[in-house]
Amino acid sequence: MRFGGANAHKFTESPVLKLRLPAWRSRFIGLLILSLFVLLIGRSFYLQILQNDFLQGKGESRYKRELQIPASRGRIFDRNGEALAVSTPMISVWAIPAAARLTRAQSRQLAGLIETSVKDVVHALASEKPFVFLKRQLPPDIGEKIATLKLPGIGLDTEYRRYYPAGEMTAHVVGFAGVDDKGLEGVELAFDSQLLGRPGNRSVIKDRRGQIVEDAGSIRLPKDGKDIYLSLDARVQYLAYAQLRQAISDHRAKAGGVVVIDVKTGEIIALSNWPTYNPNNRGRLSGASLRNRSITDTYEPGSVIKPFTAALALEREKVRFDSVVNCAPGKLTIGTATISDTKSHGLLTVAQVIQKSSNVGSAKIARLLSSEEMWRMFDDVGFGQVSHLGFPGEVSGRMRHWKKWRPIEQATMSYGHGFSVSLMQLAKAYTVFARDGDLLPLSLMRLDSPFLSTKQIFSPQTVREVRAMLEMAVQPGGTAPRVRISGYRLAGKTGTSYKVEGGQYAKNKYVASFVGFAPASDPRFLVAVMIDEPEGIRHMGGDVAGPVFTRVMSGILRLYSIPQDMPLPVEGLRVAQGRGYPKEEESL
Amino acid sequence: MTRLNLFLLLAVVFCALGVVTSQHKARRLFRILEAEQERANQLEVEYGQLQLELSTWATSPRIEKLAREKLHMVLPDNARIIVALPEGVRR
Repeated sequence: MRFGGANAHKFTESPVLKLRLPAWRSRFIGLLILSLFVLLIGRSFYLQILQNDFLQGKGESRYKRELQIPASRGRIFDRNGEALAVSTPMISVWAIPAAARLTRAQSRQLAGLIETSVKDVVHALASEKPFVFLKRQLPPDIGEKIATLKLPGIGLDTEYRRYYPAGEMTAHVVGFAGVDDKGLEGVELAFDSQLLGRPGNRSVIKDRRGQIVEDAGSIRLPKDGKDIYLSLDARVQYLAYAQLRQAISDHRAKAGGVVVIDVKTGEIIALSNWPTYNPNNRGRLSGASLRNRSITDTYEPGSVIKPFTAALALEREKVRFDSVVNCAPGKLTIGTATISDTKSHGLLTVAQVIQKSSNVGSAKIARLLSSEEMWRMFDDVGFGQVSHLGFPGEVSGRMRHWKKWRPIEQATMSYGHGFSVSLMQLAKAYTVFARDGDLLPLSLMRLDSPFLSTKQIFSPQTVREVRAMLEMAVQPGGTAPRVRISGYRLAGKTGTSYKVEGGQYAKNKYVASFVGFAPASDPRFLVAVMIDEPEGIRHMGGDVAGPVFTRVMSGILRLYSIPQDMPLPVEGLRVAQGRGYPKEEESL
Repeated sequence: MTRLNLFLLLAVVFCALGVVTSQHKARRLFRILEAEQERANQLEVEYGQLQLELSTWATSPRIEKLAREKLHMVLPDNARIIVALPEGVRR
């Protein structure tokens, strides 16, 4: 646009602009704007520097989540990988009563899913507590159903529950873990630190729909518990368990135990006790059924100890295999006490003393030995010492120091009275005879390489001779002639001892035991059986514990395909032993 | 000079778009990974449950019961057991 003409004003000469404004006004406005900037900077300083951490945290809490990554407890397997204890996730339902306002229909629905009455649910939700568990350990599929109901104030937790597929068969060895995955008994307790997993956590960024978008920094990986492979063989364990249970009910006995050991490696193949319990359902537990008797209970072993006395005498060259011991008249008085046999045996060789289990014979053999020698030998084979299986409640048994022994005690100890051992100790000691006189540590864990460090107790020559005696004991003329497995040479020793009650030997209360191994030419397995308080006329070790040994051992030999070491007997011979076989001459 | 600037601008825009796409792809892949990991966990749990079920079905007492009662099996007596020896081994 053009302004023409002479009277056109110049813009800058506008009279309005010629008004003079006071100078302070522009300065004032300038100052005002400046102070607003200062305010702004101050505020941003406050937010960015002073309040930074708090605000950053607030912001992160909108999208960043800490997640826990659960870790499962290690599983327990037998030596062949059969599961004995497995954890599986279960759902627990909890509620915050103050927040849980359920309609009648919702309560009914929830009660139906967790299988309780509506009344219980309503009652629980009316409680004053800030937090209640409605039901613990539900199957995961029920948990999913509850989650879809989207009930206010009701939440779900994943917990692990332990299952024991073998149940009462392996209860004493495996033990059990509590509801919060803590080992309470047996291997679960002894190896808790190994089995226990360590949960991990991670922080992530979640979007509006709750989906994880990306990892935000720290991740701590969860560490699952270590799996444990026991030395047990579930098949042998079942065999031992079933036969023990059968024998207990046949003889109306109170309790019992069976231990099976692989003598080549020292692994415990089976360990069974009666009474037992079901670890999956621990509603009615009593101390009696909880005890792993083979390890925690001791008893006076009785005649099964005689081979040790004989072995020591052979080792010290006090006697020979066929030295004659005069056992007539079946009685021997030491000091004021008299020990006796069930009948007079007359002249017996050392081997026959073991075969026929003569108390007088072994007491006479023991006379040739010093108390100290005997005590040292008992100590060497592990009597009076814990067996170091790492098992809770292991006992050492009772073995007094030799300096306190009286002559009569040395005599009774030679046939297994006057001290106490656990079945496990007895089984362990017998491995000396099943091996070449050396003692190796036992193991409840599967061993990938056998122990190399063993302790020599007897010379191989002594052991060969004792083994021959033990073979005689299960042949005609021995104390357990009915213990036979066709095709195999067996070796073993019976024991029947009176129980001690209140410092006195109780009449009519016995402990029957049998320890034996096979095949005798090259022993591989050792089975020790103990039956507590068998009733009836047949209460002797050979009658009560012997058959358990036979059945368990024949099963093991078959399962492990152990080659036979004896020609099969001719079938169809008419022998007297089937009926009315000679009465077993067994002493205490 | 202007041409160079235009070219750089174009390059910047292109890179920015690339960042957006790759971020998007990364998140999608991450989500898939998450889902797969979740599935792996669930399968692990299921495996445990199946293992449990297997060993519950296969416990020795149950097998013995079935063998004896349903299939009428018995332990063979000694006369019916033949032991085969490896060749060259004499009894």
